[in-house]
Formats: sequence, C-alpha cells, structure tokens
Amino acid sequence: MLNRRDVLQVGAATAAAVAGSGLGALGTALARQRLTQNELLRFKSLGNVTLLHVADMHGQLLPVTFREPSTNIGVGAARGEPPHITGAAFLKRFHIAAGSAEAHALTPVDFESLARSYGRIGGLDRAATAIKAVRAERGEDRVLLLDGGDTWQGSLGAYRTLGQDMIDCMRLLKPDAMTGHWEFTYGEKRLKEAVAGLGFAFLALNVRDTQWQEPVFDAYKMFEKGGVKVAVLGQAFPYTPVANPRWMIPSWTFGIREEAVHAAVDKARGEGAQLVVLLSHNGFDVDRKLAGRVPGIDVILTGHTHDALPVAIKVGKTLLVASGSHGKFLSRLDLDVRAGAVRGYRYKLIPLFADAIRPDPDMAAMIAKVRAPFAQELAREVGRTESLLYRRGNINGTFDDLICAALIEERDAEISLSPGFRWGTSVLANSPVTVEDIHNATAMTYPQVYRLTMTGARLKEILEDVADNLFNPDPYYQQGGDMVRCGGLGYTIDVAKPAGQRISALTHLGSGAPIEAARDYVVSGWASVNEGVEGPPVWQVVERYIARKQVVRAAPNTTVKVVDA
Amino acid sequence: MSCGLDRRQVLAFGGGALAVAAFGFSVGPANAANDAAELIAKFTGGKQATTGKVKLDLPEIAENGNTVPMTFSVESPMTESSYVSEVLVVADENPRGGIAHFHFSPASGVAEANTRIRLAKTQNIIAVAKMNDGSFFTATKQVKVTIGGCGG
Repeated sequence: MLNRRDVLQVGAATAAAVAGSGLGALGTALARQRLTQNELLRFKSLGNVTLLHVADMHGQLLPVTFREPSTNIGVGAARGEPPHITGAAFLKRFHIAAGSAEAHALTPVDFESLARSYGRIGGLDRAATAIKAVRAERGEDRVLLLDGGDTWQGSLGAYRTLGQDMIDCMRLLKPDAMTGHWEFTYGEKRLKEAVAGLGFAFLALNVRDTQWQEPVFDAYKMFEKGGVKVAVLGQAFPYTPVANPRWMIPSWTFGIREEAVHAAVDKARGEGAQLVVLLSHNGFDVDRKLAGRVPGIDVILTGHTHDALPVAIKVGKTLLVASGSHGKFLSRLDLDVRAGAVRGYRYKLIPLFADAIRPDPDMAAMIAKVRAPFAQELAREVGRTESLLYRRGNINGTFDDLICAALIEERDAEISLSPGFRWGTSVLANSPVTVEDIHNATAMTYPQVYRLTMTGARLKEILEDVADNLFNPDPYYQQGGDMVRCGGLGYTIDVAKPAGQRISALTHLGSGAPIEAARDYVVSGWASVNEGVEGPPVWQVVERYIARKQVVRAAPNTTVKVVDA
Repeated sequence: MSCGLDRRQVLAFGGGALAVAAFGFSVGPANAANDAAELIAKFTGGKQATTGKVKLDLPEIAENGNTVPMTFSVESPMTESSYVSEVLVVADENPRGGIAHFHFSPASGVAEANTRIRLAKTQNIIAVAKMNDGSFFTATKQVKVTIGGCGG
C-alpha cells in the first residue's frame, strides 16, 4: 500500500517543466511523478571511508520551509563562482531541471508553487533514517558523522533549554565530532557544561584563552575508519567575538589562525593520519582561500554561510563540501583512501524531502518529548500572512521587512535596523503565522529591542561597516551574514567600491528626503552586541504587531538598490 | 568594555623578547598626527626596505580595537656577524603613527616579540627591521576594526 510518505505525488505542471531537460536522478524520479526514499538515498558506494555532514541546523528539529537566496553576490576571486550563483544560473550551471525536486531544494525559482507540490524538507527524524541507512549499508566502522555547528540555536525550544533540546536529539545520532558558532552565545559556562555532557568531541583549534593564548578545546581527533587513520580538525567561527557579543565569552579569543590550522595538519600527519578533514565554520569563501594556502587538507566540510551545493568543489587537492542549512540536507562523501592519499571520491547532497523519507521512530519520539513543554505555545496562531515571508539573501527579505515595520510602529521610530542573519525559516503566503514561526526568525540570547537616536553619519557608517564585512574582496576580512536590514531607510549599494564608499543615496523613506549627516534620527533595532542593552525581546514586539494587524503582507523590497558592475 | 586599558600598561612579551627588555626597549615617541611615513623614512634614512624576512602576526579583524594582539618575528641567525638590531612598528591611520621601537642584540637569541596594540580604526600595521649590515626588511598587514554585530 502506497502512502504519501512512500511516494510523493507532484503536480502535473511541474512534471511537464522537466520534459526535454537534462535530468538528474531526482529529475527522473519526478518524470515518473514520484520521489521515493530509495531514489533520494540511492548511492553507488565507493572506496573505504564515508563522511556524513550536517551544518547550520539552527535549532530546527522538524521539516522546514526554507527559501534559498535569490541574491548572493561574490566578490574578488569568488565573483560568479559557486556558491555565488543563484536561481536560473544555478540550475544551468549544475544541469538541474527547472521544476525538479532538486531545483526546489536548491533555488528560490518558482518557490511557492513548488513548495506546495513537494512539501517541507528536513527534520532530524528524516536525517536519522538516512544516517542509519548509510551506516547499515557501509558498516559503522567506515562512517564518520560530523556536525559543522550552529546546531543549538534558532528556535524557541533551543532558546528556552539553552540548546539542550538539540543536544538531546543529536546525541541519539551519535556524531563523531562537532564545532560551533552560535553555541558560544550561551556563554562560556553553559558551553563548557554542555560540551562536558556531549559524549562526542567538540573541536575548535582556533579558540584560545585571552590571557595565555592557550587552547580551550581539542584541535583535532583521530579516528580509524575502513582501515584508514582519519584526523578530523575543528575550526569554530573565527569572528564569533566580533559578530556576536564578546562580553558573553570574555576569556576566549578566536580568529582564522591559518598557521594554527597548518600546524594541526602537520601534527596529525606526523601521527599517521592518512586522511585529513577540516570540520569548519569559517564560511565557504574563507575555506576556499584557506584550501589554497594550507597544504595537506583532503576535505573541508564547510559551514556558516549556509550554502547548499550539489557537487564538491575542488581547490588544488582539497575537496570542499557545502551542506546547506536548517536540516534540509545530509551530505554523503565516499572516499577511496589508499597509501595516504585520496584516489577517488563520490559525493551527493541528499535533500531530505519530508514526505518521501520515513521518520525514524526513536528520533521522532525524542523530538516530540523535547518539544512537549512548549508544544501548545509553539502552535499558537498570532495572525496570518498574505505574502511569502523569507529572510535569506544579501539584501532585505520579506520577513525582515515585517520585523522592521514592527520595530518602527511598535517602538515609534523613524528608522529600524534588523541584523542580516542567514538563519530563519520561511512562511508560505496565505498561512497562519505562529509563535514558532516568529521565534524561528528571532530566537537568540541578546534579543532586546533598543530605541535611541543616531545621526545620519552614524547610520551610513554602520551600513558601510556591514557592507565591508560582506563584500570585502579578501574573504579573510569577511564575517559572513548578510546586509543589515533597514526599515524607513532606502539606499544604493555599489558592491565593487572600496570600503567606506559603497553606500549612497541614503533616503529617509518617511519623508522622501535625503538622510542628513548631522541630523538625529530615532532608530529602533535588535541584536546589539553591546552589554546592558535594555528593551523588550524582539519576538514580543513582532508578535504584538502581527496580533494587532491580524493580516500582514510584505512585498519584495525595492528600497535598496544594488549596483554590481 | 576595557576602554580603560592603555597599550603602555598591557605590553607583554614572548620568551625571546624578554631578553630584549633587559637590553633596553622603548615605546615609540609621541608623534604628531599621522606621521607613519616620516617615521619610517627617518628610521631607514631614506633607504628602501625590502619585503620579506619579517613575519607580522595580527588578526584580520580585531576582536577589540583597544587591545589587539601583535607578534612579529624576523628571520636572522642572531650572531655577532648577522643580527637584527632594531624593529620599528607603525600604524598608518592612528592619531599617532608610532607604535613601538624594539632594540635587539645577538644576545637576544631571536628577533621576536609580542605585545598588544591599540587601533583607532581599520588600518595597516607596518613593521620595519634594521639589520646590523644596514639593510632593511618590512612586512605590512591590514587590521580591520569594525562596529561588530550582524554575523550570521
């Protein structure tokens, strides 16, 4: 008996779009109007070691709706290179049929109608099924499961339990190691305590104590898999104390520490490692540069920038894998390692279509258990949205525009600022907006909404600063994240200009007048990295706004103009 | 915030440079607003410094501009016949260009030091090493000082 989980029926219109195009495995499945667990997990195994990788789950235990970016501009050497291609160009580059399941998982093309056809993607219970299947097929002694971090933050449950809900679920999967970023925003004490109870390694070679520059965590761990000595090195997000509050981790200092990576690689090789894997939260462009400068790394499992790529990218002899975000994907990389070198590989980015993959019962039970204390609250409908709400992209997304509108109205401000986070799930048009939806876009440990005055000059300085963190041509000077989102403020950004000269035509949207450098403007925002910020949590402000409006609508942003010459 | 810290109070040294201190070490003179180029010209006597031999270890992005860890080392056998005699460190956008001026001798063993420096904004840090034969070597690194936030 077939049910919706075994065979995912897709709309006739989307199937028709595939006809005549270069079909991948998923396209073929679509042409047959079915998408099955077997199709999704099918993999011709190779060699003696399998790496499984997840990253940037951001607190999401259930299947999600998540729109990939339509704007993801690369600068310098990364210009026009993956992951800096989107939409139709992405599909063309990777020979993916428009309208196919893979196209829907990886791009925002025709997002809403395909989201309704294919359903949600992800869910840790689906990931568990896939991971168990690979371990059963390959044998556990050949498989390493690695978590790139940003796992313990991004939902109401993760916030209330200080990440314990995610830890309890991840422990069932028995990962071999993880590294981190937002994990650090629970503070030094909580992180240390959580790491002590993990039962698997937390690796971060680039975190040192500020006083003596001594390592705080293990740099790497050696494993024996398929008869191969494997070294897994961990690299936490290098700019955690810059992008997130330093006062929460006052005794720790980070940084890219290229030389420390080099030293750890050499040490691991010296101890007999035949395969060296860097489990990284650097961001894709930083890792691409690092791969070209530090020899001896066979594989970099990238994270932080939330890129989902259907192929492994080769830089010299190093393979770079990008496994997406929010639990949508599981990466599988099979490696043939002989005589201390990688002789061959096969890679698949597996989209975890929730209607096609059976949930693992043990994990489903654990997810239900950790969600139970908040289940009623999470499901509560606050209002409805008439338009698609999403965040991801270099410039404002509609969810951010909604948050910015809420900040202006609820806090009586002229201008609002909302951080350019890459986490946050999407809500389809004509759907209820729940407490869970609001928290998926806002839940973090420094949520206070401030209200203060800033001069026009200061506003420009902030925009220039963030723009350089995103568009500096040298990836080592980038922090990840996207442009800070603005409400009541329009501007033009010229990506290719030098630092301090990218932002122009700043406009006060309330009056249509140009922003004056010396005038004070009333600004409301959230996620300040300063200590002692006072104000209500942002989710409360957003909830009050939606509850008051009952029906919200946010059209795609037109107040920021991007020049990418 | 640790804004109260002054770089003169937080100078710290690596093992190699400890010996240096005994031989005399002076923090850069109080100069007029950004005179980095003049300081270098004065130090080298107008001679061209060659890029190389000097390794300057600084973060790409400062976690805190008020106290940025800096380490430099200069390749040299540090023998009586071949050693590094002085290293000048300047910043090209601070209100004053001078950061530090280190003196070494063969007895220093290595030409290396670490300290913490204060940076007002994004700028280049330039280290120039003087060898006992009168030649000069240099390295430059940009350090970004950012408002922070928004990484995601």
